Amino acid sequence: MLTAPKLDYALLAPILVILGAALIGVLVEAFIKQAWRARMQLVIALGAIVVSFNLLVRVRNQGSSIAAVTSVSIDGAGMFLQGAVLIFAFLGILVIADQDNFVPQASALPGSAEEAAAIQAGKQQTEVFPLTLFAVAGMMLFPVATDFITLFVALEVLSLPLYLMAGLSRRRRLLSQEAALKYFLLGAYSSAFFLFGAALLYGYSGTISLNGLTDAIRGSGGNDVFLLLGITFLSVGLLFKVGAVPFHSWTPDVYQGAPTPITGFMAAATKAAAFGATLRIFYLGLDAAQTSWKPFIAVISVITMIVGSIAAISQRDMKRMLAYSSIAHAGFILTAIVSLNENALSAALFYLFAYGVATIGAFAIVTMVRDSAGEVSDVNRWVGLGKKSPLVASVFSLFLLSFAGIPLTSGFVGKFSIFSAAYESGNITLVVVGVLSSAIAVFFYLRVILMLFFADATNDSISVVIPSVLTRISISICAIFTILLGIAPSLLFDIAQDFAYFLR
Amino acid sequence: MTTSTNLVYLIALPLFSSGLLLLLGRKADKWGHIFATLVSGSVFIIGILEFFAMQGREGEARAATQKLFEWISVGSFQVDAALLLDQLSICFVLLISGVGTLIHIYSIAYMSHDRDRRRFFAYLNLFIAAMLLLVLGDSYLNLYVGWEGVGLASYLLIGFWNQKPAYATAAKKAFVANRVGDVGLSLAIMIAFTQFGTVTFAGVKEGASGASAGALTAIGAMLLLAAAGKSAQFPLQSWLGDAMAGPTPVSALIHAATMVTAGVYLITRSNFIFDASPTAQLMVVVVGAITLLFGALIGTAKDDIKKALAASTMSQIGYMILATGLGPVGYAFAIMHLITHGFFKAGMFLGAGSVMHGMNDEVNMRRYGGLRKMMPITAATFGLGYLAILGVPPFAGFYSKDKIIETAFDSGGVQGVLLGSITLLGAGITAFYMTRVMVLTFAGTKRWDENAHPHESPFLMWAPMAVLAVGSVASGFLLNSGSALVNWLEPVVNENHEHHAGHLLPPIVVSIMALTVVAIGVAIAVLKYRTVPAVAPEDVLGITKAARKDLYQDSFNEAVFMRPGQKLTAGLVNTDYKVIDGLVRLVGWIVQISASSLRNIQNGFVRSYALIMVLGVLALVAAVWMVTL
Repeated sequence: MLTAPKLDYALLAPILVILGAALIGVLVEAFIKQAWRARMQLVIALGAIVVSFNLLVRVRNQGSSIAAVTSVSIDGAGMFLQGAVLIFAFLGILVIADQDNFVPQASALPGSAEEAAAIQAGKQQTEVFPLTLFAVAGMMLFPVATDFITLFVALEVLSLPLYLMAGLSRRRRLLSQEAALKYFLLGAYSSAFFLFGAALLYGYSGTISLNGLTDAIRGSGGNDVFLLLGITFLSVGLLFKVGAVPFHSWTPDVYQGAPTPITGFMAAATKAAAFGATLRIFYLGLDAAQTSWKPFIAVISVITMIVGSIAAISQRDMKRMLAYSSIAHAGFILTAIVSLNENALSAALFYLFAYGVATIGAFAIVTMVRDSAGEVSDVNRWVGLGKKSPLVASVFSLFLLSFAGIPLTSGFVGKFSIFSAAYESGNITLVVVGVLSSAIAVFFYLRVILMLFFADATNDSISVVIPSVLTRISISICAIFTILLGIAPSLLFDIAQDFAYFLR
Repeated sequence: MTTSTNLVYLIALPLFSSGLLLLLGRKADKWGHIFATLVSGSVFIIGILEFFAMQGREGEARAATQKLFEWISVGSFQVDAALLLDQLSICFVLLISGVGTLIHIYSIAYMSHDRDRRRFFAYLNLFIAAMLLLVLGDSYLNLYVGWEGVGLASYLLIGFWNQKPAYATAAKKAFVANRVGDVGLSLAIMIAFTQFGTVTFAGVKEGASGASAGALTAIGAMLLLAAAGKSAQFPLQSWLGDAMAGPTPVSALIHAATMVTAGVYLITRSNFIFDASPTAQLMVVVVGAITLLFGALIGTAKDDIKKALAASTMSQIGYMILATGLGPVGYAFAIMHLITHGFFKAGMFLGAGSVMHGMNDEVNMRRYGGLRKMMPITAATFGLGYLAILGVPPFAGFYSKDKIIETAFDSGGVQGVLLGSITLLGAGITAFYMTRVMVLTFAGTKRWDENAHPHESPFLMWAPMAVLAVGSVASGFLLNSGSALVNWLEPVVNENHEHHAGHLLPPIVVSIMALTVVAIGVAIAVLKYRTVPAVAPEDVLGITKAARKDLYQDSFNEAVFMRPGQKLTAGLVNTDYKVIDGLVRLVGWIVQISASSLRNIQNGFVRSYALIMVLGVLALVAAVWMVTL
């Protein structure tokens, strides 16, 4: 006979609220008049995020514990990342709310009369809000899940809506649909690896929980074909999600094709969630087998940093450049996994947050630079923007400087702490490669800044549209975070240090 | 130590006001100046309240601290953004905010025709905030932030009328000279950190007692370099004269009363370093002595009223620096002279501004003359400041300057006699050039041309001058009565009441000598300037020619630093271009090549992406296999 597992609903409440709101969102689509939907969806989504965040703060004050037997563990790092995902979602939805970036009717063929009619009728694909919320729920579950089934479910819950949303771009629709399909195919492919890896590990240990896996490794020594293959395949699934080389090939295409607000949200929040799960699996479940996985994660970290930084140089498209930059950042964060100490964990948490806000802000600005045909993502056409719109160009430069890790921005503090943790743990090579590839990366960030400010504007019709109030709020918050965490990093750093633990 | 929660407002209010006025732009034009003045006034009131609160506390509890936030926390390097208000800093807080407020009021009228008056006031508030941070920081690093902040404010204000290229150049010159000093400060901070592991005043003080003589001397020398930059002391003095390009209220506040005295504050604050290193002290004394004569000599030949006053400022700060080099006895007198000087010099600068205001911005004193009839109030307030700087009893300078001369004589041995004589000589030259300024400006017959219509300045301008004149009269007596300031500062500068080596000369003798020298200086000036040619005569002594050219300070800097520096730069640029850039271009070329080959892999086909993934997986499996076998 099966006994229902004991669930602590109070601890799960932040996730449940988001899921509930997503379901309500679906009902809104079904029953509410078109004209009211967008506004209602926005209110529901933002409201749910705020409520969820409040509940999370309450959970935090109760202290951490196991929420569902061996499946979910609401602990420090988990709560921190849940909070980060919620903040990213809040900032992301503010940008997403500008429906001008989305296709009016996704089912219409690109360029067809039907599409033109949909545009004429002012239709909107407001499903994007509940989809985002479903993804957020998955992202909140992913970093706190402690068995392979839950991990897999969370992975799929967060991925499927993203596949869909990647295809919703209003302009260059074929590119967008192609990106969505690629993302879906490769995502399914990598999920299969993940699942296969989980199955092998089950075969090795006879359990699906991370705790059980640790015990099994401790008991038998970590030198079993099942274990090693399992670790490798599981890593492939995770490394795909964080966009590490050589599992990164989807990133530039998808980042470029997806509607830009979705790209920003996806880049920030998926990375936080996926790294949360990755950190948990390696710190908690596979800690005992570290000698077998540390070398290859280190190598992947090195190639990811190098390839991300170098490939970004030859990019001519702003979104692709940012995609490669995000690959390089994944490499930097991977060093924290190799370091495997508490400082590295807190540094990774800080880094994920700092990177996330700057990313959302940067992509939000990309949505604003347009010509008559929509967004202009060709880097060369941004020349001289600093003279036309000094404020926008300055804020964009701020985010780039943060990506580059220039002092007085949050990016510097993140890089500094993550590299110093790596140094502490004796991985000097990683630090050297990290610093060198940061230096390479500075080249293309600064090149953009140079183009913005120090080149004469070509006689071109691009302009910066005045964004909606919501987008403006989102960008301002991102900019404030970026500066504040650069000037007074201890504000967040202390929190990250308090939260840098996993509960077994 | 008392913990306070109010100190932050001293800095936050003017900082906020400055930001507000700059951000609002033209929208704040109507009320910006009033707002800034009110903010400055309220900072002064907070300062007074803190002063009385401090008097109500006893002993150790007098100093108050406030921790704002943890600023830097990297490994063993811990710095809090924290404020410290003790007996020394309260003197500065009152001086800065008090004189600052008067000058705000004065500027309302002085700048009333300037279309950028709001921006001017925003910068003034920025200056007040930065200067207060400078004197309130509880560590060298916090002080450094304020130090740079006042440098910025000074730069912005000297170049306020930057539409004139000469003024913009003057601002740049001040900035560069200050940077040289700032390097000294940052080096001092770094040495202190490596030696003591901390940069707070308390921590360095604790560490200084056990530190090596070499380290202390190095820190002392670097601090002196910093002080020389900010306070226009030899050899970094050259910027102050040009800094007079700024609007006159700025010259009064920043380049006479407050910012340029930051060097004196820095040395006094670091008394534990200098007291423990006689070598560093000797350097301080030498710099002070050279500068006090240097400035005084330049002052004798300047026809520009503001430049004459600027040279005088340089010289008077030389006195203060010299006093700080004389050990524990000297600090209190340096600070006393600093405060009295703040009153009378600011007063005289405002007077000069008032004269310029009435004379169509004419600054050449040879085109003044007989102005006492047209501007009685300006003449009277200026005159009181004049008596104060001469050191005529009972005016302020008598108490503060005579104490420095006395202390110089008492420092013992040949050094004492030498320093005493230099300070006496300086007093004589001071009397000469100040009398020259008085006579050329206010006495004699009129030499101005037909277009000038000299008139007394409005109330808003002469009222601050009158208040400062009261300070020029009374501040010395008040600070000196019952050794008030000496006792007040004792906990900070560790003055122990034992009499050091006794007096070389009784104080009364020193005073008589000083007054005699002053009288001689005045007499020479009065006799020499009974008639004044409207154009400066050419057939003058070599020393006068040299003084007119600022004792060739600029030519010297140009020949010794600028030209070789430019050559060095050109050489380095060449090397950089050919050797280093060559290497970089090579690396860049390699990176470019690999970037475009990486680009080729990214061909857009899902099948090749999937293939790359499979290859990746195979490589991983192979790697794990190899590691574990």
